[in-house]
Amino acid sequence: MSQFNRRHLLGLEGVSQDEINHILDTADSLKEINQRPIKKVPTLRGRLVINFFYEASTRTKTSFELAAKRLSADTFSLSASGSSITKGETLIDTAKNLEAMAPDLIVMRHSSSGAPHFLAKHIKPSIINAGDGTHEHPTQALLDMMTIREKLGRLDGLKVSIIGDISHSRVARSNILGLTTMGSSVCIYGPRTLIPPYAESLGVEIASSMQEAIDDADVVMMLRVQRERLEDVLFPSLREYAQRFGLGVRHLAKAKPEVLVMHPGPINRGVEMSPEVADGPYSVILQQVANGVAVRMALLYLLLSPETK
Amino acid sequence: MSRILLQGGRLLCPASGLDETGDLLIEQGSIAQLGGEIKADDAQVVPCCGLVVAPGLIDLHVHLRQPGHEYKETIASGTAAAAAGGFTAVACMPNTSPVNDSRAVTESILETAAKEASARVYPVGAITVGLQGAGLTEMAELQEAGCVAVSDDGRPVADARLMRRALEYADTFGLPVICHSEDLSLSAGGHMHEGPTSTRLGLTGIPAQAEVLAIERDLALAGLTGAKVHIAHVSCAGSVEAIRRAKAQGIRCTAETAPHYLVLSDEDVGDYDTHFKMNPPLRSSQDRAAVRQGLAQGVIDLVATDHAPHSVLEKEVEFDQAAFGVVGLETALGVMLQLVKEGVLDMAGLIQRMSAAPAKALGLKGGSLTQGGPADVTVIYDGLAWKVEPEHFRSLSRNTPFAGWELPGRAVLTICGGRITHRLEKDAPC
Repeated sequence: MSQFNRRHLLGLEGVSQDEINHILDTADSLKEINQRPIKKVPTLRGRLVINFFYEASTRTKTSFELAAKRLSADTFSLSASGSSITKGETLIDTAKNLEAMAPDLIVMRHSSSGAPHFLAKHIKPSIINAGDGTHEHPTQALLDMMTIREKLGRLDGLKVSIIGDISHSRVARSNILGLTTMGSSVCIYGPRTLIPPYAESLGVEIASSMQEAIDDADVVMMLRVQRERLEDVLFPSLREYAQRFGLGVRHLAKAKPEVLVMHPGPINRGVEMSPEVADGPYSVILQQVANGVAVRMALLYLLLSPETK
Repeated sequence: MSRILLQGGRLLCPASGLDETGDLLIEQGSIAQLGGEIKADDAQVVPCCGLVVAPGLIDLHVHLRQPGHEYKETIASGTAAAAAGGFTAVACMPNTSPVNDSRAVTESILETAAKEASARVYPVGAITVGLQGAGLTEMAELQEAGCVAVSDDGRPVADARLMRRALEYADTFGLPVICHSEDLSLSAGGHMHEGPTSTRLGLTGIPAQAEVLAIERDLALAGLTGAKVHIAHVSCAGSVEAIRRAKAQGIRCTAETAPHYLVLSDEDVGDYDTHFKMNPPLRSSQDRAAVRQGLAQGVIDLVATDHAPHSVLEKEVEFDQAAFGVVGLETALGVMLQLVKEGVLDMAGLIQRMSAAPAKALGLKGGSLTQGGPADVTVIYDGLAWKVEPEHFRSLSRNTPFAGWELPGRAVLTICGGRITHRLEKDAPC
């Protein structure tokens, strides 16, 4: 019997294999609701979910909103611009004000690593981390794992290669934690400037070439390269980045025949990934988006539904 | 001023080699007599059997925050905290607002201290005007006004040529320079030690090399100029090695570390606890071992707290927004007694590193028990276990990494210039 007794989902660090399986099983069963003509169940009627986004986001925020609506929870969104945050209110004050509105759960994105952990220490509602700084983005990793499991039928014994800006990627960190917990091996590759110091302490292999990363891979996960990293002189130009660290069709020749190509979005077409790959047969990027809603429904359900407590 | 007789304690003065059971009589703010059995009618008698009677502890690295940041600490509250922790003297860093870069600021600190302080206050002046790293301060005048050293604490002088000039100019007047050695370009953007924990937490790291490089530079400049430098808050193995080499080459330098670097490590940051955020940051456990060894061997001369009070406004925030620094005056002795318990130092070694060595490093009075010398005395009860409860601190700030710790002992009596500045009513153990 799987158990899920958490109050928060702050990250995948410390989340067990059983718990991950339970979340993904729940997501699988809830996914069907999205195919119905009437895409709504009353499970979380009367519950209040606040989407608290300190940092801009389109797909994650929309995905959470949709997930809450499909389960009939009330929901509203608060973003940094146009709120009292721009008037100098501290995070703790904003959080306590939100708490006073009696939400059951707060979905939080913030540019500071650890911000949801800080909030969880100071306020009562459940918190889901929707991305904190360069730390974790657990729901993205869960939807990635759901997609991999759906396509390849398992999450153990796979070789998953994550390529690009690992240092600043919360998606990479959560995927590394989740996938290694599930029994797969994770390989990372990118310019040394974008590989975190002591990366091996995360339990990953560090590839020495693009080809080494991709050979025999079951999954290739490409990360978005952000233009501000260019300003921080972490690599010389987008041109050289695209040539050396961008994924083209030619790279995939030596991967497993059923290799999956993933990307957390939004893609810089022609930089980390060629258009042929993004739109090609290996790409499951749009399934990732669809599964995102199901995974977030599962988490809202598991954290809020009284019968799961 | 009344006479105080400390009766039957272990008189322990590493500077003079004194270590025997006996009495100590304080009269007119001075040590009138020490050793053996002393008769003193009408003196206030304090039984000290089983207690250590030591020279008053001296802390070379304290932020008193006044003028400018009185909501964090004042000269009155900071020195009350010092007295409670067994300190009879503190050197206060210049990064106040306004910066202590002129006679007027130094004098105002000393005037306030004369009225309100519970410990001797030794101001440290800035090396550059406004800590801006551009022009030198009027060091001769700062010294005349009462500054015992100059420092760039918190805002290191990045320009090597300017630092060379500062060392030479300060040396003209025999003024020691306290170096906050940090390569700001390498540490930029960092919030904790660069290691597996920073990678796990997704926080930008500060590599130990940012400290080592800067210490190497400052020691090289000390060698070049012949000036005396004191290296502040040594936190890592590479720094200990750099100082060891410099001393072997005859470079005039002393060095300090802080209690937190001796007992904590970067892993203690846990889940983003801002009470473990300071600069330099808590390093790896290997660094901690090297700093312990360096202190035991005398490569690191002394212990200073880097007492850096901050309010909840600076600490109850996101980790990357939080200010660097922890308070230390009220826990330092207890933490050091823990190290004695663990066998890192013996009691005489501890007292030496917290009294004689700091006095010697900056040429301050005190640091010893001497007949006719100032009656700066700390009575220590080793074995009086206590729990650190920040809500009971004399300091205005609570940002300690040691909340809830059980420490094996503390100061039960602090006397500064013959005046009792702290007393904990506890019966002596025998």
